Amino acid sequence: MTIFYFVAFLSIFFALMTIFTKNPVHSVLYLVITFFTFTVHYILLNAQFLAVVNFIVYMGAIMVLFLFVLMLLNLNKEIEPMRSNVVKIMGAVAGMCMLATFLGAFKVLESNNEFVTGNTDVGLVKNLGKVLFDEFLLPFELSSILLLTAMVGAILLAKKETKEA
Amino acid sequence: METAFILEKLILVVIVFTITLVIAMYSTLAERKIAGFMQDRHGPDRAGIFGLLQPLCDGGKFFFKEEIIPSGAHKPLFILGPVIAIITACISSAVIPWGQELTINGKQISLQVASGINIGVLYMFGVIALGVYGIMLGGWASNNKFSLMGAIRAASQSISYEIGMGLSLIALLMVTGTLQLEDIVAQQSGFVNWNIWVQPLGFLIFITCAFAECNRVPFDLPECETELVGGYHTEYSSMKLGLYMFSEYINMFVSSALMAALYFGGYNFPFMYELGLSQNWITIIGVIVFFLKIFGFIFFFMWIRWTLPRFRYDQLMNLGWKILIPLAIANIVLTGVITLVKDTYF
Amino acid sequence: MQSLSNRKKVIEQKPMNIWERMYLPAIAKGLSITLKHFFKKIPTIKYPEEIRPYSKNFRGQHSLKRDEQGRERCTACGLCALSCPAEAITMTAAERQKGEENLYREEKYAAVYEINMLRCIFCGLCEEACPKEAIYLDGPHVTAEYLRRDFIYGKDKLVEPKFDITKLNRENA
Repeated sequence: MTIFYFVAFLSIFFALMTIFTKNPVHSVLYLVITFFTFTVHYILLNAQFLAVVNFIVYMGAIMVLFLFVLMLLNLNKEIEPMRSNVVKIMGAVAGMCMLATFLGAFKVLESNNEFVTGNTDVGLVKNLGKVLFDEFLLPFELSSILLLTAMVGAILLAKKETKEA
Repeated sequence: METAFILEKLILVVIVFTITLVIAMYSTLAERKIAGFMQDRHGPDRAGIFGLLQPLCDGGKFFFKEEIIPSGAHKPLFILGPVIAIITACISSAVIPWGQELTINGKQISLQVASGINIGVLYMFGVIALGVYGIMLGGWASNNKFSLMGAIRAASQSISYEIGMGLSLIALLMVTGTLQLEDIVAQQSGFVNWNIWVQPLGFLIFITCAFAECNRVPFDLPECETELVGGYHTEYSSMKLGLYMFSEYINMFVSSALMAALYFGGYNFPFMYELGLSQNWITIIGVIVFFLKIFGFIFFFMWIRWTLPRFRYDQLMNLGWKILIPLAIANIVLTGVITLVKDTYF
Repeated sequence: MQSLSNRKKVIEQKPMNIWERMYLPAIAKGLSITLKHFFKKIPTIKYPEEIRPYSKNFRGQHSLKRDEQGRERCTACGLCALSCPAEAITMTAAERQKGEENLYREEKYAAVYEINMLRCIFCGLCEEACPKEAIYLDGPHVTAEYLRRDFIYGKDKLVEPKFDITKLNRENA
């Protein structure tokens, strides 16, 4: 349990650092470390597959793309858009809503659930595959179609419109 | 028990680490020697016989050169870049099964640092994906446009080719049915069971992507001297540059080991059980055979380097996205169909 | 345009077929070529250990010769300096004193004899001009130096060392 608290502290610390650093590149790097602590959390929960997928996809690909875009943008303080008060209020309201959701979720959660205690083997690749392609086949396939739609949409947006004369 | 286990793994880690570094060191010499021979020259031959002391001289030179950190550079990240590069390169060899089990005094010793990991192949993949951070951070922190371009090229190249690599690997995993590297290697005992015979197309895609991931010629766009001076390590000097170069050679060694393990049977050699040798001897010969295969791949890496010219950047992206990925998907479908037909009718 | 020589060839660029577009055969061909060179004999000569044979009429550093009795042959006539197209040779003449007969063959000798090796083009005209057969370009390469003044060779470097001609013959035999 001490490992859990240590890693949890680290993830919250780096998540806060992500928000509070001024330099966008530093921010992304702290986010990478936060994701790494998440990976450690997954391993502690014996969810090996999830851990390594989080590692590959989030740390290895998505954050690299983030960094990529930030390096190209070359953000300065001067071109930072002014934040209006409306945005701040909306942010506060959204944050409160999320907190309420979390509290509700924690209340419902039973602490003796086998997913919480971490004594389950469902996170191993074999069991996870069986669950995904057996019990949750329909949602799994639907989510893949959703991803495909998103991909097609992205390509459509990126494509130049050819005007017909 | 616990301390003995940790000690055993620690010794293994030190041995693997030493071998990795020595091989990376001598790869630099081998590269220059092979370049020489392929261009009808001798290559370096002044330091020691056949230039065997050359890597030591190079290392010494790297250590004693002046370190230059550009005044506009972002100092912490500038230092962190090569560090990440070398660390990711070194830890990637943890899941490679170097050999079967050795029995010493009735005690079974596994020749794999992290044995029993369910996700061996994926771990490897994740670490390789992480390696690009070293290059990106170094390139960005240098505050130099050539470095930045090299870093961006490296990032986009490695992301693009990771997809093709992963897809080609999926077809292999469909055949093997496991993600554990030691199981994949154990399945390929003998000669006819090697995965190269079942997955030739997958291997071709994999090796192409491995070249791209290691930033080797013909995919060395990130350090392209002719366009980008030195690419991401333009501003680097002294041992920091040395670390970048070293990590490149370690990556080459590890990906050679991975290819040998995944497609060429790892430590398996023909007639390994028919000769009537004891288990320990089989293990020892197996390790030697594995390293011979690795050296073969390293030679192939260098052979390609001194044969093919560098790709243009759009050609690189075309090859990755429009040729390798569709081919890999086709390979997956083909593998699936064949497996299905085999399971139903035979 | 009409071809006058009839040797004009029109190069056709056909679109590549699928086999060619895969590039794999071409890569294999390239690899075989590099591998062939891998096993070829290396024509490099490792210089300090192996020295390529010199031509018989190689012209290297000059040397001022001595006669059979070990006396300097040069009589400081200046013909070599005159013939030198690069103006590399200068000398100062002096008269032989009594008791120096064993040092200089003629009554007049060169007290100072200097060749500027940076100017010299090793044409060998001094050798041809010399009436006394005193100068020959039979030495090795002129070595590199750090300073310009070190390239002006005086008599200390040019005059060949004394030798006993009888012994020399015995050694050769």
